[in-house]
Amino acid sequence: MANGIWIIAEQRGGTLRKISFELVSEGRRLADQSGQPLAVVVIGQGIAEEAKKLASYGAETIYIADAQELANYTPEAYTGVLADLIKEKQPNIVLGGASQQGKELAARLAARLETGLAMDCVGLRLEGDLLIAKRPIYAGKVFAEVVCESARPQMATARPNVFPVLEPDAGRTAEVVTVSVAIKPEDLRTTLVEELADQSGKVDLTEATCIVSGGRGMKGAEHFIILEKMAGVIGASVGASRSAVDAGWRPHSDQVGQTGKVVNPNLYIACGISGAIQHLAGMGSSKVIVAVNKDPDAPIFQKADYGIVGDLFEVVPILEEEFKKIM
Amino acid sequence: MNIISCIKQIPDTETQIKIDSSGKGIQTADIKWVMNPYDEFGVEEALRIKEKKGGKVTVIGVGPQRVVESLRTALAMGADEAIHVDDPAAEGGDALATARVLAAALKAVPFDLIFCGQRAVDDDNAQVGAALAELLQIPLLSVITKVEISEDTSKVKVQRPVEGATWVFETPLPALITAQKGLNEPRYASLPGIMKAKKKPMAVKKLGDLGLSSDQVGEAGSKIKIRVLTPPPERQAGKMVEGETIQDKGAALVKLLREEAKII
Repeated sequence: MANGIWIIAEQRGGTLRKISFELVSEGRRLADQSGQPLAVVVIGQGIAEEAKKLASYGAETIYIADAQELANYTPEAYTGVLADLIKEKQPNIVLGGASQQGKELAARLAARLETGLAMDCVGLRLEGDLLIAKRPIYAGKVFAEVVCESARPQMATARPNVFPVLEPDAGRTAEVVTVSVAIKPEDLRTTLVEELADQSGKVDLTEATCIVSGGRGMKGAEHFIILEKMAGVIGASVGASRSAVDAGWRPHSDQVGQTGKVVNPNLYIACGISGAIQHLAGMGSSKVIVAVNKDPDAPIFQKADYGIVGDLFEVVPILEEEFKKIM
Repeated sequence: MNIISCIKQIPDTETQIKIDSSGKGIQTADIKWVMNPYDEFGVEEALRIKEKKGGKVTVIGVGPQRVVESLRTALAMGADEAIHVDDPAAEGGDALATARVLAAALKAVPFDLIFCGQRAVDDDNAQVGAALAELLQIPLLSVITKVEISEDTSKVKVQRPVEGATWVFETPLPALITAQKGLNEPRYASLPGIMKAKKKPMAVKKLGDLGLSSDQVGEAGSKIKIRVLTPPPERQAGKMVEGETIQDKGAALVKLLREEAKII
């Protein structure tokens, strides 16, 4: 019978990503509730030492798939390794990250295992052995509670920044198991030719804890510098509304909303954004929302915790100065 | 080249979503249905490749009669043929069940490249493309913003933005690509295009035509089931920060963020 909770860890360049710690922490909570063992799978090359860090967050078993062909992520090679291992050990639950890599990998893996996958979850709980997954749909206009009763493992991916990371406990130890890896040639058809590093150095919007966003009220690409400056003071990433992106002021990768990125920072500062429904859907789960807008009737104020009615070109530089005083 | 583009029809993103009386679905009475925006990028890219390399673009959609409208839109943009799987038993499936329908419908269609949207902006699943690639046993390239077909059309090179980097992948064809915003600017259908679209072939398929039974697909064939839908946690409109001057308001806001919200 299927037993155990498994985490698919995510590493890049030999370093575990934050989502891996979030996943192991949430896995630990579910394992404690249900008495099921918690295991984590780490795939890559030369990652054994890094992988062992996950013991102090509560992993009892750490499976390490280490091979030269696995140094760079590709969905097929990683899916093959995971599918073989899961078929052999038959865990009850498999959790991955709802990151760019994690969503793709989980989707292909679920299809290979012919099981159900709850994508991009913001809440996970157990009823006996059954995983109840809560996920936003329509970019958060509605939440769905979904289950997978008829197949195992039950799979889910967890949205980054949602599940809190446990305090590491150095007293915890894990059994480390080296997985024998047999990769089929057809799983190596795709190759990573090049990795172009993002020069901006800013945290991706989906993982940012603080976001400053600009909309139509920014009046032009050249004015985003004032948001960049304020963002620099508080360590925020800069986003944009669809109208700012469609106007060509910001790249598509900056767009927040139903047809852009769905974000959930601790602080979201919306500047010159009126609050179209498709934008509100993408940022409505932010913990604290601040709106700066000239129009006191702008819909954004209905969603904001704090609002300032005023010209953003006056307000933003003042906020920057005020933030500087306390940071 | 033979290029397939998969289309889903979704409620326009300006739609207010209301939960229906079953608690498991949404009210569909006043919805304006449109082509999923990410699928539009897929259709556009398929057309651009055809224009450069020659070949044929086939669009495929699963769903009720209304889906014909989105398929005709793609034909009006320049696609050559459409396949409409119109069978109530095929609807409402999870990703794998839906991918099974698509895979069966594509059995008789030669292809070098398949496009899907990176996700549909209704159920936000981002899984159908991956499941279809798995069923067809072809490489999967997800959330792609640039596509280059090699001179001899045997390979494709793509750009995939991830957190903090962009990965450049290369893979032999056939392959499946899921389209991300930034890949292109989809064209509007021209009036002559719309006229021509009316005469382009649209094959209508039932499950029986595809060799599928109703327990393999749709809701019956799904592993993932919705238990209940709930509205998002209600956000109360908060405080308007007051002050004599803009300077006062700014200072008051930063104080509130630090002392009340404890966020800075």
